[in-house]
Amino acid sequence: MFANWPWLSLLIWLPILGAIPVLLAGDKRPGAARAIAFGVAVLTFIVSLAMLSGFNHAVADALARSAPDLGLLKNMYLQENVLWIEALNVRYHLGVDGISVALVLLTTFTSVLVIILGWGSVDEKVSQYMAAMLVLEGLMVGVFCALDALLFYVFFEGMLIPMFILIGIWGGARRVYATLKFFIYTFFGSIFMLVGLLYLYFKTGTFELAELAQVSLSAQEQAWLFFAFLIAFAVKVPMWPVHTWLPDAHVEAPTGGSVVLAAIMLKIGGYGFIRFSLPIVPDASTEFAWLVIAMSLIAVVYVGYVALVQEDMKKLIAYSSIAHMGFVTLGIFISLALARGGNANGAAIGIQGAMVQMISHGFISGAMFASVGVLYDRLHTRMIRDYGGVVNPMPRFATFFVLFAMANCGLPGTSGFVGEFWVILAAFQYNPVVGALAAFTLIIGAAYTLWLVKRVIFGDVANDKVAQLQDMNARETFVLATLAVAVLLFGLWPQPLGNLMDAPIAELVKHIVISKGA
Amino acid sequence: MISLNDILTLLPESFLTVAICALLLLDLFLKPAQRSVTHYLSIVALAVTGWLVLQHFGTPTAFGGMFVRDGIASILKVFVLLTSALVFVYARPYLRDRGLFVGEYYVLCLFAVLGMMLLISAGNLVMVYLGLELLALSSYALVALNRDSPLSSEAALKYFVLGALASGLLLYGMSMIYGATGSLDLVTIHKAAAEGTQRGLLLFGLVFVVVGLAFKFGAAPFHMWLPDVYQGAPTAVTAFIGSAPKLAAFGMAYRLLESGLDGVGGHWQLMLALLAVLSLAIGNIAAIMQSNLKRMLAYSTISHVGFLFLGLVNGQPEGYAAAMFYAISYALTAAVAFGLILLLSRAGFEAEEIDDYKGLGQRAPWYAFLMALTMFSLAGVPPLFGFFGKLLVLKAVAVPGTLWLAIAGAVFAIIGIYYYLRIVKVMYFDDPAEGAAAIVKPADAPMRAVISINALALLVLGVTWGPLYGWCARALGITP
Repeated sequence: MFANWPWLSLLIWLPILGAIPVLLAGDKRPGAARAIAFGVAVLTFIVSLAMLSGFNHAVADALARSAPDLGLLKNMYLQENVLWIEALNVRYHLGVDGISVALVLLTTFTSVLVIILGWGSVDEKVSQYMAAMLVLEGLMVGVFCALDALLFYVFFEGMLIPMFILIGIWGGARRVYATLKFFIYTFFGSIFMLVGLLYLYFKTGTFELAELAQVSLSAQEQAWLFFAFLIAFAVKVPMWPVHTWLPDAHVEAPTGGSVVLAAIMLKIGGYGFIRFSLPIVPDASTEFAWLVIAMSLIAVVYVGYVALVQEDMKKLIAYSSIAHMGFVTLGIFISLALARGGNANGAAIGIQGAMVQMISHGFISGAMFASVGVLYDRLHTRMIRDYGGVVNPMPRFATFFVLFAMANCGLPGTSGFVGEFWVILAAFQYNPVVGALAAFTLIIGAAYTLWLVKRVIFGDVANDKVAQLQDMNARETFVLATLAVAVLLFGLWPQPLGNLMDAPIAELVKHIVISKGA
Repeated sequence: MISLNDILTLLPESFLTVAICALLLLDLFLKPAQRSVTHYLSIVALAVTGWLVLQHFGTPTAFGGMFVRDGIASILKVFVLLTSALVFVYARPYLRDRGLFVGEYYVLCLFAVLGMMLLISAGNLVMVYLGLELLALSSYALVALNRDSPLSSEAALKYFVLGALASGLLLYGMSMIYGATGSLDLVTIHKAAAEGTQRGLLLFGLVFVVVGLAFKFGAAPFHMWLPDVYQGAPTAVTAFIGSAPKLAAFGMAYRLLESGLDGVGGHWQLMLALLAVLSLAIGNIAAIMQSNLKRMLAYSTISHVGFLFLGLVNGQPEGYAAAMFYAISYALTAAVAFGLILLLSRAGFEAEEIDDYKGLGQRAPWYAFLMALTMFSLAGVPPLFGFFGKLLVLKAVAVPGTLWLAIAGAVFAIIGIYYYLRIVKVMYFDDPAEGAAAIVKPADAPMRAVISINALALLVLGVTWGPLYGWCARALGITP
């Protein structure tokens, strides 16, 4: 009975409209603002769970009825399709497949935690902070649900405004520089994608993603479009060499902003590759796969080394994020090459791995930034040298931190292992050298993460301030414990996640094998 | 022979003329304290004229083709009248604080509006020139409204000298076109240009016409007057000449280039492409360095003119519709931007330096929010109105052949984003400067309400711009 509800619209607009009462509560009543924001976020999360059940029902229904083959749209459920702009044939077309569902759930889940995190650490302009977070949440859900390229673009760009404000107002000392860099970098990336989409519109007269995936394009057109998409999504992921905005943005952003940035926003880049580059320009993507693979390898190896020398905890985790996201792009483009080589199984494993890596990185990096936030709230420094022996005053915190650090190195049993393992598996089928290089990074990952743990958590108590640290309160414990459960759950039992995404990934692999040269 | 039809067709313009004369007389008998009567009557006059425009009395052409009343003219006129009325509302407190609250402001503005309406509906070169001069002469006087300010007088003189030069160039070009085609009527010129008689002479005239147009638009490299005039004129006047005349300029370009000289389209399209890229480059790059908000907005206007020209470059109805939509979105956005400057200024404090906006987010959160909306709209960030103007224009040029223009537009949009963001940065991320600027005076109620609606419309129209674009598209004969 719930299958016909506009679940996705609800998920997008509930937080955005929920921001209005939060703003009306005003900065003078921070308690009310926090409570309303928390309520809205929790409600959105509950709605997203209901959406999941509606989605599962719809899938079961469709399987029972053996629905007609609609190509890439086949696995899109809970669709809402309304004409938005008649003159341009732009549609308000939403829909989710397993890939989107996973990311939408990650978004709503993380947003609740972020609101809780902001409860204590944000004291200034509370209502504006909470409202910006909620608007951001709605827009991010929109990005993952949009099936119309222009609608996608509107959400994709609209997201920049709240994030710009979040970093700029509640950020650290160099926040203005960081937020301007963030905005201009991302805008730079995406506007070329817009030109590319407009060119596609000229060719097809539609912005529907499913139809854009069917149009035939010459090799030259594909190459241009490929690079337009590559700039947009590579900046977002971010891939080496356009990653430099990320460490700045992360370091200066407030804890909540960092968590959202790492856990969700970076995923939009990987998601974009899967939704745009692969289906629309498969030939050019294959042709230039070597380039992306090389960039990804540089990200995992070189950026891993860069992470090793960082003295700022947030910067270290930011670089580690770049390295981990390198696995995502590596997995996606290796799969493409494998699929073209006739190895559909290997290809499916690669994309699966990339997706699992995205979800798992959402939890782990979010948890790492939240942990740093816990320390920062106490000592107001992010420098590694100011800490040491934190385990003594904060044993509970240390437990969680070590767990997340292990997950960050990809220890089996944590979610970090699953995705990386699958990607490396696919990489070996593609080319043993690439596989070996990718595997090698696990060692670097372990090196910088464990060294960080050694310097911050273990050893002698560094100074009096550290000795007087209070362990986490219930609120902080709740956030980290929830994340810990998620990390362990998907590490020990990744099957549900795999099941969710099997069908759309199989369909995607089938689609990208077919050349669409004109 | 003047027929009843001619008069009916010209009813909005005739009504406005009568209303202006009546206002001029009435104003003589009003005491300074009663000046608000002039204010409200001017707005009523604009509203009634707008209503008449939408009634479509009469025939599509009047006075033997001198005057054209088509869908394009109606849309542009409605928005000219709307933005002018908005500016009137925003200007009142400013004028009153500075002792400029005089009937002349309203009468001159209304004459300029009349000029714009005639220009938009021109079907003949003489009509183009008459409308243009009525607009220009009123504008010169308006810029000098604050005659005790040396900056204002200097700006007016500069505007006048350069404007006269531009008019001369335009007139010279028109005479060449007359020589080549033997007619001043745009329809006849269209035919002659398509047939290709006297090609050399026609092109010679075309160059001057395009230069004259570029001058009036303020497109680079004919933009030198624009920053000085925007900065020097009283803000209430800048708000007026910075918004509505862009619509009229689009109308003029459409009449001259499409209705008249479509036959030599290949030639003016290349000229416009170069002017567009140059305007985008100079406008966006120079705006970065400005510390005065009015001057920054002036350079930003130049860059927006570049975008508008991009829409005209292909000479296709879709492009014209996009450019028209762009002009409308720009006029509405510019009205808010200047309106907010007017709102935040008070006697002895112009609020025109960018530093004056430091910490506005704390001092006046609502106005800062509106300003931020305006800036994001000008920068072209979705889901705001300005983005969709840019989208449509880019769509018009993102076709094989002019793809490089789309890429150039995109590149300069990125550069442009920086200086708009800087305003947002100053308002939200900087702390308020100490002392003088710390207090924001309570604005008068109608202004507060209207400017809020105007700014929120940028957000609402960003989500529901379909009907407006549909209206523009239908006026240009595009069927979806």
